Amino acid sequence: MSFYAEPAFFILLVPIVGIAVLLGVNEKPLGRYGLGASVLMLLLLFSRSIESLVFFACYLVFSLRLARWVSNLFSETARTDSDSSAHSPHPKRIALYRIALALQIAPLAVYKVGVLFQPDFLGFIGISYITFKAVQVLIEIRDGLIKDLGTLEYLYFLVFFPTITSGPILRSRKFVDDLNAKRTRDEYLQLLYRGAGWFMLGALYKFVGAPVGQWAMWFLPSVIGAATPAAATGANVVYALGYTLYLFFDFAGYSHMAVGLGYALGIEVPRNFRAPFLAIDIKDFWNRWHISLSTWLRDFVFMRFSAAAIEHKWFKSSVTTACIGFVLNMTLMGIWHGLTVDYLVYGLYHGLLLAGCELMQRKWGFYKKHRREKWFKLCSWAVTMVAVVFGMALFSGQVFHNPLG
Amino acid sequence: MANENIEERIIELLIDITGEEEIGDYRDDDLFEEDVLDSLGAIELLVRLKEEFGIAIAPTELEREEMNSVNKIVERVQERL
Repeated sequence: MSFYAEPAFFILLVPIVGIAVLLGVNEKPLGRYGLGASVLMLLLLFSRSIESLVFFACYLVFSLRLARWVSNLFSETARTDSDSSAHSPHPKRIALYRIALALQIAPLAVYKVGVLFQPDFLGFIGISYITFKAVQVLIEIRDGLIKDLGTLEYLYFLVFFPTITSGPILRSRKFVDDLNAKRTRDEYLQLLYRGAGWFMLGALYKFVGAPVGQWAMWFLPSVIGAATPAAATGANVVYALGYTLYLFFDFAGYSHMAVGLGYALGIEVPRNFRAPFLAIDIKDFWNRWHISLSTWLRDFVFMRFSAAAIEHKWFKSSVTTACIGFVLNMTLMGIWHGLTVDYLVYGLYHGLLLAGCELMQRKWGFYKKHRREKWFKLCSWAVTMVAVVFGMALFSGQVFHNPLG
Repeated sequence: MANENIEERIIELLIDITGEEEIGDYRDDDLFEEDVLDSLGAIELLVRLKEEFGIAIAPTELEREEMNSVNKIVERVQERL
């Protein structure tokens, strides 16, 4: 069964959400129930491939073991043994922690390389997204921010079914807070109403908006044709615009539904899209598009890289640090999407755009003087949208494999 | 360490990072909203706080709202000293 697509999924949601609502309005905890419902839904998700199911189960056990291992490395007793201060752990422990991180990323890395050679290479649906969650947990245990993550809590965090296939990427501390929140009947009902709103908006996006985008990208270019070079260019532009609309409605639609479903289960799933086509520069765009991915990368890649670069004085200026950080960050995002030319160039492209934006904002006097004026914002918005749509053309493969023939 | 002393040192640090000489005059303003701090500025602040005061704050330890003004930054440092 595929999630958020087949009628069977939506029909199953009726009893699943129904029971959650009964528990919620009676002020009963939703955690155990949500975990049980998630296990049931995942069995159905993986029902077509027993191999995937087994691999997924092994992955869960493996991740739980790794988290336990890193917890033990940085536990209070381990800290006091040989450290001069709590904030500078022993180098040997840091080395072991890095090995744990590498092991946590290894299944995804092997899978991404494997599918290049064999399309049905062993993996499971959601392996890309679950990796983010597991890596966040390891990093924050090392930072001392996660001290007592229970096995069942961590398991539920990993298998939480509304977001398992494509996010939004949850953060474990917020998840556990939500899980343990004692909500009154009114508080739960308010959450439920908001969730219902998100779910309906998401369904509208996915089942009305996305097909319109698809229609635009396939039908309109064929009307325009390719009789002259100008027409061919026009058809390509219309295709890219149609694809952009399609991807937005499809992904934002899915994400909004996941948010709504999460709310019904008492988990405040983070919002993934916030009017991305109103962005006035490319940084602004990434604060509005696939937000849970861009903030994850910001927190765990960009900021960590910058902190190390500043601390060890790798570069002369902070602008250089930021620019290199952006390119690294977004190239990694491209790699995460998949090891194809399209995705790699897409990631590099956005890294360079962000670096360019950073340079403009720091160095360009004209920008500093006029940035708050309406006409400047309008121009900046227009340039941003052109850059975004071209990025979508890279992402869809349109640039390197012309779909219009 | 006297409280005013900590405050002065943090303001000097912030002037150094942001180049905004008058930052001490607007102690409750949202530094992110005013475009005085961004992600990189925030990271630079964390690194410098570690160097100057020996306090380690992990990048995801605090929400932005918890350290978006001069006064809040001073509070967060005082809590940890």
